[in-house]
Amino acid sequence: MSLTPDDVKRIARLARIEIDDAQAQASQGQLNTIFDLIATMQAVDTQNIAPMAHAQEVYQRLRADTVTESDRHAAFQAIAPAVENDLYLVPQVIECP
Amino acid sequence: MSDASLSALAAQLAAKQVSSRELAQQYLDRITTLNPSINAFITVDADKTLAEASLADALRAAGNASPLTGVPIAHKDIFCTDGWLTTCGSKMLHNFIAPYDAHVIQRFKAAGMPSLGKTNMDEFAMGSSNETSYFGPVKNPWDTDYVPGGSSGGAAACVAARMAPAATGTDTGGSIRQPAALCGITGLKPTYGLVSRFGMIAFASSLDQAGPMAPSAEDCALLLNVMTGFDPNDSTSLEREKEDYTRDLDKPLAGLRVGLPCEFFTEGLNNEVAASVEAAIAELKKLGATTVEISLSNSKLAIPVYYVLAPAEASSNLSRFDGVRYGYRAPEYANLDDMYSKTRAQGFGAEVKRRIMIGAYVLSHGYYDAYYLQAQKIRRLIADDFTEAFKTCDVILGPTVPGTAFKLGEKSGDPVEMYLNDLYTIPANLAGLPGMSLPCGFDAKGMPIGLQLVGNYFSEARMLNVAHQFQRATDWHTRAPEGLK
Repeated sequence: MSLTPDDVKRIARLARIEIDDAQAQASQGQLNTIFDLIATMQAVDTQNIAPMAHAQEVYQRLRADTVTESDRHAAFQAIAPAVENDLYLVPQVIECP
Repeated sequence: MSDASLSALAAQLAAKQVSSRELAQQYLDRITTLNPSINAFITVDADKTLAEASLADALRAAGNASPLTGVPIAHKDIFCTDGWLTTCGSKMLHNFIAPYDAHVIQRFKAAGMPSLGKTNMDEFAMGSSNETSYFGPVKNPWDTDYVPGGSSGGAAACVAARMAPAATGTDTGGSIRQPAALCGITGLKPTYGLVSRFGMIAFASSLDQAGPMAPSAEDCALLLNVMTGFDPNDSTSLEREKEDYTRDLDKPLAGLRVGLPCEFFTEGLNNEVAASVEAAIAELKKLGATTVEISLSNSKLAIPVYYVLAPAEASSNLSRFDGVRYGYRAPEYANLDDMYSKTRAQGFGAEVKRRIMIGAYVLSHGYYDAYYLQAQKIRRLIADDFTEAFKTCDVILGPTVPGTAFKLGEKSGDPVEMYLNDLYTIPANLAGLPGMSLPCGFDAKGMPIGLQLVGNYFSEARMLNVAHQFQRATDWHTRAPEGLK
């Protein structure tokens, strides 16, 4: 398998990382070397092997349905790039009529 | 002062020969002198450190000291630290003042251990040389032309240069053990789930684990006593009885069965590293250990498996960096989507972008089974190899890294060459097993060599026992670089 510059641009788009043609060209070679390394996995017969998602067999704990956190929005929003009226500001996404 | 062990420093504090404030000031002075050439710290804030040291002195005066109260420690810049800049080595978080403490930081604060500052690291812990940091590479204190390893390179370098008596690190594929080996110190990655990941900026959540880094195994045991424990804020934190990791340090090694995986002693292993590891095996035999040949036949697949699973988890974890709630935001953009893409293109470095893209690809439609699921199945095979091996041995021993420290820039152009550094460390992360590195020699250039121990789940006390007994019989861990300026 070999990625083309167009594949690289598609992946960058999926990852929301802006990339230009020159960068896609430059990344292509390194990504292909890495995928060549990864491809060595494909030869292994893994029929009937259960996938291992986690190192420990742990289960999600349940806790009492009570409030444990205090309101710290002022501290958390103080470090945000843009805030107004306790709201995070981002570019407009809904067109005004 | 600077060569004293944690227990020696604690004894001096208990005997009132030195105050925590004086001790912190001595280390801060050494950081001021050495950090410009080593670049081990991203943030140093003497006022904050001294204020924490005064609190420690007050704690002791009130009769509330615990074993390490007053002993200062450096924290990897991956741990959120309330009021401190917490960058994770990235431009993305170059302005992020954490609004809360990671669980690990809370524990060290509760133990009265002042923070000496935040140590440099590969960006988002992705790297094996510390060259991917936005804040510049860390230099190896043994020779500043060489890398310290990574990703906890600042932590390893500051301990090796005696700028701090100990440091915290994190290990996803070897990020504690590999820099410990390359800088000639001791570092331990605990069993997955022993140390809370709350407030530790996530890279690959099923693999990430924090641990101690210090000159000796005894130091690491004392630090592990502080770091471990159940935390309801981490859904993978294990509910277990609290252990004393120093309890077995002095036990003799008679009867110890050391497993030697044949796969770790084959092609690609540097001759000088092999010779030092062989000498260490001979030393352990003198102490009463016997050796057993074992096989970890799937371990050769650990790197390809890791470079599917870790980037997949990273691509998900790092999606939170979008320029909305914290950190960097691109100065100019046309719309919301453009803001995300420009922020991430400008805020992340090349290696981080590469891994996010690998992750996005292996998780994308049509490729999930071939990559992600296949990798998870082989992860099981790798873990099963260890289960089988521990039927015949108590601890597995081998080199930590195939070679010694390499020169800055030597491997930075070739990602795969860089990835091969973690050949021997990644299998323990995939299985969730504890692993440690301890110094066992030097190569002809005078660069340190690391010996790796991998233990069964929850066998940290036994591993620390083996390492401590080895360190009582040898003096590699007491060596420190000379002539640092």
